[in-house]
Amino acid sequence: MSHEPRRSDEPAWRPVAALPVLRERGTMLARIRSFFARVGVLEVETPVLSPAAVTDPALWSLATTWHGPGVATPVYLHTSPEFAMKRLLAAGSGPIYQLARVFRDGERGRLHHPEFTLLEWYRPGWDYRRLMDEVVELLRAALGRPALTAERLTYRDLFRERLGIDPWTDDERSFATVAAAAGIGGPALSNLSRDGWLDLLLSHLLEPGLGRGCLTFVHDYPPTQAALARCRQVPEPVAERFEVYLEGLELANGFQELTDAAEQLARFEHDLACRRRAGQEPGVPPIDTRFIAALEAGLPDCSGVALGIDRLLMCHLGVSHIDEVLAFPIERA
Amino acid sequence: MASYSTNEFRGGLKIMLDGDPYTIVENEFVKPGKGQAFNRVRVRNLRTGRVVEKTFKSGESVEAADVVETPMQYLYNDGEHWHFMDPASYEQLTADTAAVGEAAKWIKEQDVCNLTLWNGVPLIVEPPNFVVLAIVETDPGVKGDTSGGGGKPATLETGAVVRVPLFVQIGESIKVDTRTGAYVSRAKEE
Repeated sequence: MSHEPRRSDEPAWRPVAALPVLRERGTMLARIRSFFARVGVLEVETPVLSPAAVTDPALWSLATTWHGPGVATPVYLHTSPEFAMKRLLAAGSGPIYQLARVFRDGERGRLHHPEFTLLEWYRPGWDYRRLMDEVVELLRAALGRPALTAERLTYRDLFRERLGIDPWTDDERSFATVAAAAGIGGPALSNLSRDGWLDLLLSHLLEPGLGRGCLTFVHDYPPTQAALARCRQVPEPVAERFEVYLEGLELANGFQELTDAAEQLARFEHDLACRRRAGQEPGVPPIDTRFIAALEAGLPDCSGVALGIDRLLMCHLGVSHIDEVLAFPIERA
Repeated sequence: MASYSTNEFRGGLKIMLDGDPYTIVENEFVKPGKGQAFNRVRVRNLRTGRVVEKTFKSGESVEAADVVETPMQYLYNDGEHWHFMDPASYEQLTADTAAVGEAAKWIKEQDVCNLTLWNGVPLIVEPPNFVVLAIVETDPGVKGDTSGGGGKPATLETGAVVRVPLFVQIGESIKVDTRTGAYVSRAKEE
């Protein structure tokens, strides 16, 4: 397939992605829907707008105002359909998926666009290791590559084998030494948290080498990076979470979902405390209490995963900038 | 003091790092799906010309460098400093040898150069892309050779040495591309 280069003299009404790329996008979405129809997972739709929002200090929700009968209330655009889909699971939906358009403020770059397409699906009764197998199946179908292989390694082994450091036991000084030896410099390094250091090393030094020629699953994260994953304590404390990489791109994030309402609420409150400490007071969003209520009512044991469709299309077509797979990137929207 | 958030980073933005002015060459937003976002930038030190890579935590602010680019006319060299004039305001500035750098090889009085000023002081002097200069020294060429093949060195009035075709002679003015140091043509007007 040929990709026409972007021309700056092109009229701004024109799409940025070439038409053959948009046809590939359509084909890929059709293959994904056909995959889930075959394995018996139901397609659902949940609201983009909600009066509550994600608490994660690293995610920024876009906000607007809803003017309804007798109300003018702030509403947030979702950063993922996770809370609403878990409410459906708690209501007994069974396995479900969604191809959702999601929104994240402040994210823009070669691999980031403020709105993008997220495929998210949940498997009640499944262990996250079994879901990793299904991610491979889904990706083979979506990419039309039945021979695509996959490797798995733990977060701890990834750091131990490739950087010679242990994210569980080594201190920030060892992280700094590794970063300095790799030539990473700049103001970021002066005041990073422990997880900030690990994110720096992962994003700058490890990710570019992951998923070369096959899928790489990194799993079992430090408990401080659990997000909405369940943690286990033996033989060592880990978050039952995985990430999927292909050709150096982070494609998907999955969890053994946390079903404990009290633990979930505590994590949300911890997030909000972090945000307040960081001086984000006016932007601190309300906790999704209906989601917490659904967990209290009983979320079935389940695993779930969210996969970026735009990046998957980038991998499929071998392009290096997300704009090349978008009809109208934000600057031309 | 003016500052920029990492959200404003883009190629060409001028920032202060470790006391030196830098220009952003390339900005990459790096963020794991869950976790800390970074801006990984390649920046050029405007004093030394060196390009280095730096990483910022996204959302942090960095001091803006008071750097402007402006066209100025070269007036004269007093033996130590180079004097320039703003053609609009007639305001005059002096640049030192470090700022003038390679441009010294090409510029002569009246030439309009592009000056990069940091806090009002010239940091970089860029000569015009094309200059017309007289040849003060070159071997006599072979008469009748107009092919331009081979060529010979010629010293110009500013001291620069460029390769010129054999038919070009002492006293003639030539047009030179200062970006490559290459001879372009004979200058017919002078």
